[in-house]
Amino acid sequence: MNSVGEACTELKREYDQCFNRWFAEKFLKGDRSGDPCTDSFRKYQRCVQKAIRDKDIPIDGVDFMGPSKDKPES
Amino acid sequence: MLFSTFYFMLKINIKNKYVILLSLLFPTAPECIGRELCVCVCVCVCVCVCVCVCVDMARYFRSEVDIKSPWHQVLAAFWQRYPNPYSAHVLTEDVLYREVTPSNHLLSRRLLTKTNRLPGWAERVFPAHMARAVYVLEDSIVDPHTHTLTTKTWNLNHNTLMTVVERCLFEEDRSRPAWTKLKREACISSGVYGLARPIQEFGLARFKSNQARAMKGLEYALSKIQTEVAAESSEKHKLLPPQTTPTPTTQNPKQFV
Repeated sequence: MNSVGEACTELKREYDQCFNRWFAEKFLKGDRSGDPCTDSFRKYQRCVQKAIRDKDIPIDGVDFMGPSKDKPES
Repeated sequence: MLFSTFYFMLKINIKNKYVILLSLLFPTAPECIGRELCVCVCVCVCVCVCVCVCVDMARYFRSEVDIKSPWHQVLAAFWQRYPNPYSAHVLTEDVLYREVTPSNHLLSRRLLTKTNRLPGWAERVFPAHMARAVYVLEDSIVDPHTHTLTTKTWNLNHNTLMTVVERCLFEEDRSRPAWTKLKREACISSGVYGLARPIQEFGLARFKSNQARAMKGLEYALSKIQTEVAAESSEKHKLLPPQTTPTPTTQNPKQFV
C-alpha cells in the first residue's frame, strides 16, 4: 500500500514488515522484550510527517480516539 | 387540508378541558372560533418545526458479524488488509503513532486517504469538493488480555458536507475461540442547511457499501495469512500431507439501521 508521501512508501514497507512480525510473534504472545522496529519507525515517521505538513493534512491537536459527542443515545 | 384536520380534531375534544386550555393559552383572544384558530396555527407550526428538526437528525448504522477465524489472525489481517481487490477507493495508508502502554495495550493511529465520490446532484452543488480526497483517521486499542480490538474512525476534512464516525469492536468469541465477533456502529451527519437529509441518506448508502467491501477485504487478507500459515506448517512437517485450511467466512450477519 502506498504512503501519503510518495517518497516514504519503501520506508513504510520496511516498517510494516517489522511490525507485522513483532505483532504476531511477540506482542500477541505476551513477549515484552522490546520493540525491534524503533529505528525503522523513526526513519519512516521523519518522511511521512514532512509529507503531511507539505500537504497540509489537519492532524495536529486531534485527541486520541477523537471527538466523543457522536455516540447515539441508547 | 392540514388546517381543517386539526380544526376538526380540536372540536371533538372533551368540551370542558378544551375550554380551559383555550382560556389559559389565549386569555385575550375572541371567543370560540378565534381561539380555536390560534390553537390550530400554533399546533401546525409546532409540528412543522418538529418535522424539520427530525429530518435533519443524524443517521445511524449498526451491524454484528461472526468471523470464522481466531482473534489473533483477524488482528494480523486487520493490519495487513490494504491493498486488496475491494479497496480501490483507499489511496494511501500510513501509521502515524504506535505505543505500548504500561498496561500492555497497543495504541495506534493510522491515516488513510480515500477517494471522494459524490452522486451527480451533489457534484453540481459542491464542485469544490470534487478534486480533494478524504482524509480519515483510524485510532485503535489492542488489549491482548481481553482479546479485544477497539477502533474509532472518522473523516478529518469535508466535515461541513458530512461527518462519518465509525466504531468497531473485534472480540474473541468466548464460547467459540475459533471465531471472532465484530460489532460495528456508525453515525452519519451533515451540517448543510436544507440538504442534510439527502446528504445523510447518500452517506448511509455509501457507508453500507464500503463496510461490505471492508469485510470482503478483511476476508481476503485472512485468506492470505492462513495460506501462509498452512505453507509454513507444511514446510515444518514435510513428511505429512498438507492440511486443508478452512476458508474464512462471515456467518449470521445482522444489520440494524
